[in-house]
Amino acid sequence: MTRCFLSRLFLALLLVLGFWIHASALDRLKLATTTSTENSGLLKQLHPVFEKKYLVSVHTISVGTGKALRLGQNGDVDVVLVHAKKAEDLFMASGYGARRRAVMYNDFVIVGPPSDPAGVFKTFDVSEALLQIKNSKSLWFSRGDDSGTHKKEMELWRDAGVGVFGSWYRALGQGMGRTLMAADEKSGYTLTDRGTYIALVANRKVSLKIQGPRGERLHNPYSVIAVNPKRHPHVKIDLAVKYIDFLTSGEGQDIIRDFRLMGKQLFYPNAKTPR
Amino acid sequence: MEFLLDGFADGLMRVLRADPHVMLAAWVTIKVGIWATILASLIGLPVGFLLAMGRFRGRGFAITLLQTSLGLPTVVIGLLAYGFLSRRGPLGFADLLFTPSAIVVGLVVLAVPLVAVFSMTSVASVDGRVRETALTLGASNGLVAWTVLREARFGMIAAVLAAFGRVSSEVGIAMMLGGNIEGYTRTLTTAIALESMKGEFGFGIALGVVLLAIIFVTNLLSRYIQRS
Repeated sequence: MTRCFLSRLFLALLLVLGFWIHASALDRLKLATTTSTENSGLLKQLHPVFEKKYLVSVHTISVGTGKALRLGQNGDVDVVLVHAKKAEDLFMASGYGARRRAVMYNDFVIVGPPSDPAGVFKTFDVSEALLQIKNSKSLWFSRGDDSGTHKKEMELWRDAGVGVFGSWYRALGQGMGRTLMAADEKSGYTLTDRGTYIALVANRKVSLKIQGPRGERLHNPYSVIAVNPKRHPHVKIDLAVKYIDFLTSGEGQDIIRDFRLMGKQLFYPNAKTPR
Repeated sequence: MEFLLDGFADGLMRVLRADPHVMLAAWVTIKVGIWATILASLIGLPVGFLLAMGRFRGRGFAITLLQTSLGLPTVVIGLLAYGFLSRRGPLGFADLLFTPSAIVVGLVVLAVPLVAVFSMTSVASVDGRVRETALTLGASNGLVAWTVLREARFGMIAAVLAAFGRVSSEVGIAMMLGGNIEGYTRTLTTAIALESMKGEFGFGIALGVVLLAIIFVTNLLSRYIQRS
């Protein structure tokens, strides 16, 4: 029995080993990005084109903006695609980043239950909308995860002069999708990037409606930043630069502009390089 | 409940049509699972055996320590291993983070205590008379150990199988150390986490069924091996 068992085990081992080795023949570029770009499906349009062009394989690690920048800071990825202007500024100022470029933007929206118990729909200003939610003690769901959206939300509350939250304020510590679903289940409000919201509504996962106003302050720009090779010499800076140049090239910008989910445009290209 | 069932039916169809993404995630799961189980067994089985058979100072304390580590949350293992494997950590030069090997490292840490404790129990529960009989028949120390080992083999196989079930159904370590990279480090469990984030609950459950099927087949195989 033992010999038979051992030989089988050995065979299985060889089989596994064999498959193990073929794994990464291509050069790999590690990208840390936010869930909004990955989950919407945008990167699935962009990356195959880039990968074919330069014969590399892009490995996408999708986390919140805070963690993505942290991974860049630690040198665990080569390039980051994020959306949190102030955190990016700090990242650059501390010397962790190089070659920061604007890529695209969309906007944040305040969404809530169709019945709109706080009467946010008729407001013209974000601060006013947030104050109405607070004063009516309507449920508010916060990402609470140091993501780009969470940073934006905290900024908006600060601007509205709200620093103390009650039991109506629920910090989840979850991604955008789960936060939207929680708000939907509990008939609460939340702040979301338009892309993730459209993606969930398109798949009929949530029945929340856009209730808050539009405005300059809800602008949501995305940047791509290479991890500074001066800090982390092992970073694949050549590949990272190629990736950045691709996203901001006419070709990359066109893919971003043409990307549709259920007929709706999710991201607006805004790279400053000449097209 | 209908929304779950609808999604589940669609998901199951994707699985049955051998959707390449599902197949890849299943393959990564099996790959890291087998590796982690083999490595954890190579460490855990001898440790368990020694703890059961040996008589040395600090044995009781070692056992307590091992049993305590059974309660290690996977996110803590993930965090610790991230600290070691990150570029800023002591093992950063190896560039293991966000590769399947990194997942294996974390899973081994998870599975070693499991294999050790289970195999220790199975060896310890071998009737003391087996040992005595072997000794009176003039067996050498090595032969006595071998005899006890033979008696305990079912328990040890169970330990290895439990380890495989545990490592292939684990999420936190695979997510933190693998990074959930599609086609590379996306396992079935991290795929389920991702689908649930996107609200694709039914598909997530269909993936769970695939995972269970893998563990089921493993158990069938082991029964077959034990019978032959």
